[in-house]
Amino acid sequence: MTYTFGLDTFGDRNGDADGKPLSHAQTIRNVVEEGVFAEHAGVDFFGIGEHHTEYFPMPAGDVVLAAIAARTERIHLGSAVTVLSSDDPVRVFQRYSTLNAISSGRAEVILGRGSSIESFPLFGYDLADYEELFEEKATLFAELLQGGPVSWQGKTRAPLLNQDVVPHTESGPFPAWIGVGGNPQSVVRAARLGFSLALAIIGGPPARFAAYSELFQRALEKFGRPPLPVLVHSPGHVAATDAQAKAEFWPRWQDIITVMAPERGFAVPTEDSFDRETGPHGALYVGSPETVAQKIATNLRALRATRFDLKYGMPGLTHDQLMTNIELYGHQVIPRVRELLS
Amino acid sequence: MTMTGAAEPSRLAVLGAGHVGPVIARLAIRAGYPVAIATSGDPEAIALITELLIPGAQPRWASDAVADADVVVLAIPLHRFPDIDPGLLSGKLVVDAMNYWPATEGVLKTFEDAGSSEIVARRLAGSTVVKALNHIGYHELEDRARPAGAPDRRASGVAGDDPAAVGTISGLVDQIGYDPVRLESLRAGRALQPGGPVFGAVLTVPEFEQAMPADARSLA
Repeated sequence: MTYTFGLDTFGDRNGDADGKPLSHAQTIRNVVEEGVFAEHAGVDFFGIGEHHTEYFPMPAGDVVLAAIAARTERIHLGSAVTVLSSDDPVRVFQRYSTLNAISSGRAEVILGRGSSIESFPLFGYDLADYEELFEEKATLFAELLQGGPVSWQGKTRAPLLNQDVVPHTESGPFPAWIGVGGNPQSVVRAARLGFSLALAIIGGPPARFAAYSELFQRALEKFGRPPLPVLVHSPGHVAATDAQAKAEFWPRWQDIITVMAPERGFAVPTEDSFDRETGPHGALYVGSPETVAQKIATNLRALRATRFDLKYGMPGLTHDQLMTNIELYGHQVIPRVRELLS
Repeated sequence: MTMTGAAEPSRLAVLGAGHVGPVIARLAIRAGYPVAIATSGDPEAIALITELLIPGAQPRWASDAVADADVVVLAIPLHRFPDIDPGLLSGKLVVDAMNYWPATEGVLKTFEDAGSSEIVARRLAGSTVVKALNHIGYHELEDRARPAGAPDRRASGVAGDDPAAVGTISGLVDQIGYDPVRLESLRAGRALQPGGPVFGAVLTVPEFEQAMPADARSLA
C-alpha cells in the first residue's frame, strides 16, 4: 500500500511573537515559503483552502499555488477545498489545468463547500440552492476533466456546445476529489461522478467514518467504477512535546472559536472538549511527532484511507511555529507513520 | 439496550438521510425501536447507505414510512421543509430535529419571526410537534450517548406545547442515551436553537439547567 501525506492551510492569518496580527499580504507571502519548505521537508502534497474572511484571507489559493509551483519540483499542489458551488466549473478547470501546466503535472483539486459560506453572498448565490449548484457543477467539472470538447446544459450556468476548454492537460485528468463532511449522500455522489473521496473530519471520533469509506467503495462498485482512494483531512499542530503543542494551539483555537461562536451561533467549546478532541478518539492532531503519528496511523488503518492531509496552523500562530510544525511533520511524523503502517 | 415492558416499541420514521437522520436512526435502532428511513425520493437511492450506515433500518418511500409510524423525526435541511405536504404528517407525533441556522444554511425569511419549531408547528397544524435532538451536533450525538444512570450521561432538551407528547419524546430521548430536560413550550424551546445557550454544547443536567434562561427552565 502506498501512502501519501499532505499539509493544508486556509491562509490562517499569522501573528507576530507578541500576538499582533501580521498583514494579509505578509501572511500570503509566508504561505508561499511554507509550501516551498514543505517540499524540502518531504511532504507529498500542499493544499490551500478557499476562504474569504479577515482571519482566513485566502480567496485565490490557486495564485499562491502557482508561486509555490515555480519554486518546487516534486510536491503536489491543490485546493483544499475549492468552493465549487459559488464558482464557475469552467474557470476552476482552467485555473487548475494552468497550475498543472506550470507544475508539470502536479495539480490536484478538492471540490466541496468547506465550513464557510461567505462566498455565497459575495458572489451572489443563494445557499438554499447549494445542492443543485453543487450537483450540476460537479457533473460538469467531471466532464471537463476528461478533456475534449464538452456539451452541457443546466440551470446554473450558460450551456456549452461542443466547447473546447483550454489549456489541455498533457497526460489526462489530474487528481480530483470531493470533500465530504458527514453526509452519506455526498459520498454516494462522489462515487457516481467518479471523484476520489476526501473525508473532512474536524470534530468527534474519526472511527465513525469507517462506514463512509466502505460506502464509497461499495457505491463505486455499484456504479461500475474501479476503486478510488480515500483521504482524511483533519486539523492539528505538531511541536516538540505534547505539552508544547497544546500550549501553542489551545489559546489560538480558543480565540478563533470565540470569534466564530457568536457568528455561527454555537456554544464556545471548553478546555474539556479540547482535551477530548486532542485525545486518542478525537479529531484534532495536536501533540508531539510520536503522538500525532500514532493517531494518523490508527485512523488511516481504521478508515482504509491512503492519504492524510494535516490542516496545520490557526490564526495567530507565528510563521516560525508553522515552519517548526512543517519540519516535524515532514521529518518525523511522516516517516514514523510509514513505519507504523508497513 | 432494549425496550422493557409488554407494549410494542413505538415505530419511528426518520425523514432525511443526510448528516443527522442516519445518526438518530442508528441510536433508535440500538434502543430497540423499529426504524424506517426516507428521503423525498426513491428508497432505492438510499438502500446502500441504509445497509452500511444504518443496519436494521428499512429504506422506504416517505408516505409509507410515515403511514406506519408512531413518531416521525424531521431531519431534513430546514429550507426543504416547505416542500413537505402537511397532510402527510397529519395526526402524527412529529419530532423537529431541524435548525434554523443562518450562519451555515443562509437566511430563510419564513423563519425569521419566531422560533423555528413554532413555525414548523404552525404549518403542521394537524400534527403534534416536539422540538428535540437538535442541539447536540450530529458528530457527537452518538459518541456521547450513555445508558441511564451512567455518571457521564448528558442532557438533551425536549420542548413542546403538549405535555403528553413531550413525555413520550422524553422517553425516546432517555432510551437513546440522554437525560431528557423538559421545556414547557415550543416557545421555551427557542433556548435550544442556534444562538441559544445550549446549542452545540454537551452538558450535564445541572449544567444544562443553569445555562437555561429563567423563563425556559424545566418544569420537572
